[in-house]
Amino acid sequence: MSPPLELDYIGLSPPAAATDDLKGTELRLGLPGSESPERRVAAAAATTLELLPTKGAKRGFSDEVPSPPPAAAAGKGKKVAEEEEDKKVTATPQPAAKAQVVGWPPIRSYRKNTMATNQLKSSKEDADAKQGQGFLYVKVSMDGAPYLRKVDLKTYKNYKDLSTALEKMFIGFTTGKDALSENRKDGEYVLTFEDKDGDWMLVGDVPWEMFADSCRRLRIMKGSDAIGLAPRAVEKSKNRN
Amino acid sequence: MTYFPEEVVEHIFSFLPGQHDRNTVSLVCKVWYEIERLSRRTVFVGNCYAVRPERVVLRFPNMRALTVKGKPHFADFNLVPPDWGGYAAPWIEAAARGCVGLEELRMKRMVVTDESLELLAKTFPRFRALILISCEGFSTDGLAAIASHCKLLRELDLQENEVEDRGPRWLSCFPDSCTSLVSLNFACIKGEVNAGSLERLVARSPNLRSLRLNRSVPVDTLSKILMRTPNLEDLGTGNLADDFQTESYIRLALAFDKCKMLRSLSGFWDASPFCLPFIYPVCAQLTGLNLSYAPTLDSSDLTKMISHCVKLQRLWVLDCIADKGLQVVASSCKDLQELRVFPSDFYIAGYSPVTEEGLVAISLGCQKLSSLLYFCHQMTNAALITIAKNCPNFTRFRLCILEPGKPDAMTNQPLDEGFGAIVRECKGLRRLSISGLLTDKVFMYIGTYAKELEMLSIAFAGDSDAGMMHVMKGCKNLRKLEIRDSPFGDAALLENVAKYETMRSLWMSSCNVTEKGCQVLASKMPMLNVEVINELDENNEMDENHGGLPKVDKLYVYRTTAGGRDDAPNFVKIL
Repeated sequence: MSPPLELDYIGLSPPAAATDDLKGTELRLGLPGSESPERRVAAAAATTLELLPTKGAKRGFSDEVPSPPPAAAAGKGKKVAEEEEDKKVTATPQPAAKAQVVGWPPIRSYRKNTMATNQLKSSKEDADAKQGQGFLYVKVSMDGAPYLRKVDLKTYKNYKDLSTALEKMFIGFTTGKDALSENRKDGEYVLTFEDKDGDWMLVGDVPWEMFADSCRRLRIMKGSDAIGLAPRAVEKSKNRN
Repeated sequence: MTYFPEEVVEHIFSFLPGQHDRNTVSLVCKVWYEIERLSRRTVFVGNCYAVRPERVVLRFPNMRALTVKGKPHFADFNLVPPDWGGYAAPWIEAAARGCVGLEELRMKRMVVTDESLELLAKTFPRFRALILISCEGFSTDGLAAIASHCKLLRELDLQENEVEDRGPRWLSCFPDSCTSLVSLNFACIKGEVNAGSLERLVARSPNLRSLRLNRSVPVDTLSKILMRTPNLEDLGTGNLADDFQTESYIRLALAFDKCKMLRSLSGFWDASPFCLPFIYPVCAQLTGLNLSYAPTLDSSDLTKMISHCVKLQRLWVLDCIADKGLQVVASSCKDLQELRVFPSDFYIAGYSPVTEEGLVAISLGCQKLSSLLYFCHQMTNAALITIAKNCPNFTRFRLCILEPGKPDAMTNQPLDEGFGAIVRECKGLRRLSISGLLTDKVFMYIGTYAKELEMLSIAFAGDSDAGMMHVMKGCKNLRKLEIRDSPFGDAALLENVAKYETMRSLWMSSCNVTEKGCQVLASKMPMLNVEVINELDENNEMDENHGGLPKVDKLYVYRTTAGGRDDAPNFVKIL
């Protein structure tokens, strides 16, 4: 049973536990002259969608058509649901991770920003990191290692950065050998990831952004296990055998 | 009492516990007013715009410690536009002119500049404590000035400020003659510091009791420092990212072992789970633990550590701890008084590893719990009722259900009954934040039962003006009321205008208040500043509302003796 209060979010990528909420896939657009999201938050708890923090005059984009006067009566939830029906229009799609209600959840900006900054201090360039969820920790396991690690995918801009970092992290476990990449070239280790659908995929096929969005965990697999994932690697290990 | 010498009266006053009582005795007669004002050492200004700084300095020329708070609380969540105000300069300048004996300055949510810090550092010869919380506008150059010139500095405590980093120089500005440091907290400084300077500073500060490092300080520096500070009571670690050097962690364990006085631990920046076992030996003596900036630690890492912390009174943690982790907390930490569980995922339509079950478990195990901040994605009335019965000692109860307006997860009902139980059972409740689906009924409960309530935060709640009216009528001790995105309009705003003079402030944003209502309020209550904050253009035709008048985006009302402020930006209209 869906909750009485329906809130319309643009493109929030729902994690596994999300319900049959298709609202996240709806596209919305503001009409010319319509106000910025913040202004039009109706008393009946409609959401505002804001792409940038309320710092400057620039808004991400206008979405909602202003809501009708909030009625004092009869169930906030129903009211909002009606408003939602009336107000939908198509919009230019925005990246999934960016939409949120202004100033909500009530977390100090210091905390939000701190969780977003990374050790490499590249947060200034990455405006993404400052909005909403600014970090993306995923577990990294390596076959044969006694414990797992976690990395923040937001701290890397491309596959090379990620693989360098992983090499450094797991260097203790590849005795004597310099780099994971060396092993990888030999086909001994293959970097794979589990995506949102639960499938194990080879890292590197899709653009970095797409990978970072869908990656749930990483696994450094022994090449011999990577059958069907990395044809070249498998071939090589086959050849070695 | 006129036949008592002034010194005797003054001595009697020195036993008065707080400002409130001193304010009261000031009203008795002129003689007492004079004696009191000249002997007041600590002054607290809860709203920097409630009174002119010059007037404070004139009245209390011998004050030693001043606390000033600036922006309203919702500024923490970016609801107050930048450049709204809250400037520290007028206060520091006024004190520089009229009160050079100032020793301590505490500021919260204010805009502080480097120039002001320099003025501060150079003007007050006995200055010894600077505490800045959630402030902004200054850089490490300002800190350099403080370090260089405050010869008797004991406390430099920077909590969650936005500080522009201009390099590590500032820490090296503490002269060799500075040996008086008791408390140094630079956890919020983003840049690097010189390890050698830091070690030397610590080495010559025998009175150091509290030290909070920032993210840049590596493990080995921490170890060296701890070897020099056996009397340390409060530590914020530097960076605890694993670098695979076991020797580093063994050194750290040895260093911790020396710190028998350590009671409070925080930091854990980028902490790797690998380092935690080296800290276990110190856990049994801890009363405070802040792990809320360590997203790399998962539930089992956290619970293993916390299960050692049997004396814990204050715990701040991320929701990765999960319900089962909270059960471990409940069974291990019987002395727990304050718990904060922060979200690691800020998505509204997301998923939390903590639910109402974790909180119920805590309430069963930690009967001394009095202060709570809990972020989760679901709650039930049944859970809240149970929690209220188990923990009637709550003085601060803040529950944030991340999805606005979310109902009881089991029954789909509003959470009125749950919060009603909280206010009914917790008779000493002073601070409350509510969330989830809530009707006017919850406000009826709050107005009826929350007699000691001083601060109430409301978001996405209520059906009508009646909700707010219940609160304004029933909560006799209300000082701060902040509301966002709730259907309260002019009728509610104007129902009990006299009450605003008994309160520090009212904040309403994205509600149904119109400018006309605000004008009526302003005209009825000249002792209030009614600030209408509209960042947007004047064209609000698209909005339909009461009487066709534009709705006010943000409203901030506060009592004041200072009249309208002259530093308001153009998007703030003071009615």
